[in-house]
Amino acid sequence: MEKKKIEVSELRVRYGNKPALNGVSFDVYENEILGIIGPAQSGKTTLLKVINRTLELTRGTTVEGTVKLDGEDVHTITDVYGLRRRIGMVLPLPVGLPLSIYDNVAFAPRTAGPRKKSELDNIVERCLKQAALWDEVKDRLDSLGTKLSGGQQQRLTIARALSHQPEILCLDEFSIAVDPVTTMRIEEVLKTLRTEMTILLVTNLVQQAKRLANRTAFFLNGALVEIDATDVIFSDNPANQSTYDYVNGNFG
Amino acid sequence: MGKPDTVQYPSAMKNMNNTTHATTGGTRDNSSTLFTETAIGRRKRWTENGVRIFFFLMCCLMILPLLLIIGYLLYKALPVLSFEFLFTNPKDNMRAGGLWAPFLGTIYLVVVSLLVSAPIGVFAAVYLNEYARDNWFTRIVNLAVVNLAGVPSIVHALFGVGAFVLFAGLGESVLAASLTLAIMTLPVIIASTKEALNAVPMSFREACWNLGATRWQTIRRIVLPNAISGILTGVILQVSRAAGETAPIMFTGAVFYKTIAEGDVFAYNITDQCMALSLHLFTISTQVPDVTEGIPYGTAIVLVGSVLLVNAAAIALRVYLRTRKKW
Ligand SMILES: Nc1ncnc2c1ncn2[C@@H]1O[C@H](COP(=O)(O)OP(=O)(O)O)[C@@H](O)[C@H]1O
Ligand SMILES: [Mg+2]
Repeated sequence: MEKKKIEVSELRVRYGNKPALNGVSFDVYENEILGIIGPAQSGKTTLLKVINRTLELTRGTTVEGTVKLDGEDVHTITDVYGLRRRIGMVLPLPVGLPLSIYDNVAFAPRTAGPRKKSELDNIVERCLKQAALWDEVKDRLDSLGTKLSGGQQQRLTIARALSHQPEILCLDEFSIAVDPVTTMRIEEVLKTLRTEMTILLVTNLVQQAKRLANRTAFFLNGALVEIDATDVIFSDNPANQSTYDYVNGNFG
Repeated sequence: MGKPDTVQYPSAMKNMNNTTHATTGGTRDNSSTLFTETAIGRRKRWTENGVRIFFFLMCCLMILPLLLIIGYLLYKALPVLSFEFLFTNPKDNMRAGGLWAPFLGTIYLVVVSLLVSAPIGVFAAVYLNEYARDNWFTRIVNLAVVNLAGVPSIVHALFGVGAFVLFAGLGESVLAASLTLAIMTLPVIIASTKEALNAVPMSFREACWNLGATRWQTIRRIVLPNAISGILTGVILQVSRAAGETAPIMFTGAVFYKTIAEGDVFAYNITDQCMALSLHLFTISTQVPDVTEGIPYGTAIVLVGSVLLVNAAAIALRVYLRTRKKW
């Protein structure tokens, strides 16, 4: 059996008194793409935020249960900034930082510690190539990242998430503000990245999970309804009727 | 044309076809009825115009006093305004001469007070906006900021006398007066800085945190560089308040009359008292008989002019930085 990269067990999260996740348990294997689907407000984003511990930047949240990364509980890791750099995070809306394209990608490596210029040059080129953006921007690396088109900014965001060589890449509905052509290009990128890292793909497009994911998890109202091989989830008889309804678009 | 004509075109469409190749006025009758103004339409248009003119008049009414004040002051001050007026001391018990001592005094008070209030205000605002959790302490501080901004300046003056002149033993001095002014401008600087920090989108901070940046790294590399124009504008606008107030400095460090070396910008010592434009204007307009007629007006023009100049600089800075806005 493959190695377990992330182990989530009995994870409960509340915002104030409002529950967002009610006791979720599952594993993520190394180098797989785990698709995470489910309607809005079902706790998908919250799950990602627990993994890289950015949830604790939101006030009034309580987390119970454990999330283990390579067998180590993330909440006992003292270097939370190092932990965050082990995980690449891509948010729904593209965010170019108000810096040059070069500085956008060099931001995380610089944050981690002083780097040589040549080293940074290599990182910037590698990441922009991996994110399929290099050819479009290689001649204007010093122009502002915020002035790129939405689709380009989302690829810049991915390049930035790759800049600190993460072991895990989390994508949260990355295609929500991106044109279909860019979406397909990014999907191609993810297919090549799966050999290097573990990918958690939260997606609003169930077909995207079907195209890319090895396994797919279906979340509903803060609960994990079902997690199984993507073929099974998208087959005519997944274990749960609501999974079938959601996947086939006759939900609610 | 095998199909029977079952589609009834709306009359407007028919008429559009007609009018395109009609050169005489005859066919227009029909279409124009569609667009004739109804009584309701006319009333709407009149109301709309009336309301707009009303608001425009209010706007003029607001500008008018400003123009009148400046115009009147200039007219009255013209006889005394000169280079010399600015750089010589008042003479003959302030009945003649220039403005050097009060002018330099005001500069001292403004600069020293902002040197104190700007850093404290900006750093406090950074803490409140970027670090502080929502607990009773922050709520009290925020409440204090809002309310201190509304405290009358005479109250600040009393506090200044108690705290700086007497308790801290600074005596009546530039320092005591400046600190009093600093206390007065502090809440406004905190408020305007918070606003400038808030204008930097939250998504930038989240992106940085996701990249493993600490709060301070995020603030230093993203938040502050993009908020600095707003912060500076807020600070510069406090120059006019610090320069204009009389009450807070009257009992804490400003004197009615004092001569200093003309042309020496280091003529004041911050542990001594100084003159100030605002107080000087008050004195010569109300306390001293037989002042040369143009001098109070000249003093007012210098005060208003310097303040407007500084404010114009703030506006220019803001405009310049807005053209370089990064998102
Ligand atoms: N910052 C927040 N404050 C309070 N409640 C929140 C916050 N973020 C999310 N929630 C709540 O947590 C639940 C899960 O939200 P989320 O994780 O964003 O779901 P999803 O990503 O699947 O749409 C929702 O009920 C949502 O209202
Ligand atoms: Mg979400």
